[in-house]
Amino acid sequence: MDIITKPKLSRRIWDYALLTILAVVVLAPFLIGLWTSFLPTMQIAKGNFLSTQVSFQNYIDAFTQTPILRYLGNSLVISTATMIAQLIFCSMSAYAFVFLKFKGRKFLFGLFLATMMLPFEAEIIPNFQTVKALGLLNTYSVMVIPFLTSAFGVFMLRQSFMQMPIELKEAADIEGLGHFQFYWKMVLPYNRIPLMTLGAYSFLGAWNQYLWPMLTTFSNDFRPVQNGLRQLQSEETFNDWGMIQATAAIVVIPTLIVLFIGQHYFKSGVNEGAVK
Amino acid sequence: MSITLRNVRKDYDAQTEVLKDISVKVETGEFFVIVGPSGCGKSTLLRMIAGLTPITAGEVSIDETVVNDLPPKARKLTMVFQNYALFPFMNVWDNVAFGLKARKMDQADVKQRVDEALKMVNLTELAKRKPRELSGGQRQRVALARAVASDAKICLMDEPLSNLDAQLRIKMRQEIYALQRKLGLTLVYVTHDQVEAMTMADHIMVLNDKHVQQIGTPSDIYQNPANDFVAKFFGTPQINILNAHRSQTDNHVLNVSSDLEIALDEEVPAENVKIGIRPDDMKVEATESVEANATVKNTEFLGDETIIYATLNSGEDIHVVVPGQVNYRIFQPIKVSADSNLMFFDTEGNRMNISKEAYVHA
Repeated sequence: MDIITKPKLSRRIWDYALLTILAVVVLAPFLIGLWTSFLPTMQIAKGNFLSTQVSFQNYIDAFTQTPILRYLGNSLVISTATMIAQLIFCSMSAYAFVFLKFKGRKFLFGLFLATMMLPFEAEIIPNFQTVKALGLLNTYSVMVIPFLTSAFGVFMLRQSFMQMPIELKEAADIEGLGHFQFYWKMVLPYNRIPLMTLGAYSFLGAWNQYLWPMLTTFSNDFRPVQNGLRQLQSEETFNDWGMIQATAAIVVIPTLIVLFIGQHYFKSGVNEGAVK
Repeated sequence: MSITLRNVRKDYDAQTEVLKDISVKVETGEFFVIVGPSGCGKSTLLRMIAGLTPITAGEVSIDETVVNDLPPKARKLTMVFQNYALFPFMNVWDNVAFGLKARKMDQADVKQRVDEALKMVNLTELAKRKPRELSGGQRQRVALARAVASDAKICLMDEPLSNLDAQLRIKMRQEIYALQRKLGLTLVYVTHDQVEAMTMADHIMVLNDKHVQQIGTPSDIYQNPANDFVAKFFGTPQINILNAHRSQTDNHVLNVSSDLEIALDEEVPAENVKIGIRPDDMKVEATESVEANATVKNTEFLGDETIIYATLNSGEDIHVVVPGQVNYRIFQPIKVSADSNLMFFDTEGNRMNISKEAYVHA
């Protein structure tokens, strides 16, 4: 029988060297971006990246000289609204696809899935015509209404609802729970992990939108952050790169928070013990 | 509360018939066991009583009221599932209270009932735990507590013990039995385990192949099985079923090849008969090969008894249970016989009305 031994030292050095190189390659853009956000623009323009004049001045400038707070607020409103709407509508339609028996259920679900095949770019022109006709251009609604539900979300939640043991539904039937009670008291708490996943996914999806808001918003009152960032760049004749980097860093923070909270909750095994 | 089924049938579609013409009455306060091999439709039958599965034809009544069209809630019953169906995001106390709260029971009443139910199944200390923090037996107790806490007098159980290990199963079996008696529940209990059926039931319904095979008390079913399926289903090791035919010289005599001869008091009513002999009603003795009618294939010593597996000279396998430890070599010639408690079945397997007393010799 072989005895498992530690790999040779030279082999381990090689493994770690490779991992380190890959880590540097992946993280370099983030680190460079973060580092330059602390440098005065003059130093950046000179290409003096190793300058020691590190300060928070760029961040202060970003908040005082640009509408970044307004952008953040806009994005927060849009993303939160999109997230809540998707959680409600996707879970409700997934419930219908799993727990209600009706004619054409499979066909309808197939139709839902088919819409996933359609790239968003293909929907842009008809969608734009629609929102324009509705007079929604340059409002919050225009960035929320087209994204109230998502076929992907319905699909994802349907898959996880189908994993629920049928006995939970039967037990609920015996206790006399109606559909809405079962949905609210059993299905939602039982599937809170997939719901949180969908929540994070839709929040970040809305937060990182670029093309659609670019087409449908014309003023800082409604412009979300990603478009705001772009705006900072072109408005100035002389690009204040330090400040732009600082703004970009600020914009990434909510993403990090969402992922961090998400990771904290995505523990496996929370539903263990329902059956068997 | 009693449950009556009248000519109940279930088809999943025109081709697949699951249950055919089931009629039975379960009396108030009775421990009624539905037993059968897997896939015989016993869980479906239970779900039809619960109202979870619609019935295709026939009539289900609870307390003489037809409930065919009533939803499960209105039938006033509780159900314990094979896999417990606990709510993983609620603690034990809330799991037990859930049904009562869903029925809008008064809060003080809920508290009293839940506390009492938990006490009855010895879970008071674990009330704040989540199901995942419990062992299999404890989870099963939570499921029982839910049934106990309810004021429904009918309880349906679908193989509640099949996920537990052998030791725990015996313990829980006794607990369920004690609870049923104490609360006076009308309990319909589905299982594939003949031991559970024999030990707990007031009446057993044996289901197989879409049909009710027999309904009776455990001793009735064991001693007077309606057919060879029921005879084979109850008792371990299984009953020996041997093909016999009427002797050409004496129509009071049945022969199993030339190995066994069974002398009856009455005339044998058919040419071919199947005889059933329980393994512990058979006798074995070592003998010379000339007189032997079987050879030993194997023996299993179980502590208090020994099972001897043997082959009759004609090639049919039999098994015999003898008390204590006996030593037989493999291939040793033996003489097997029996002297009472014989069962006779016709070629279709139905029980024939022939007296059990008969002498079987080599």
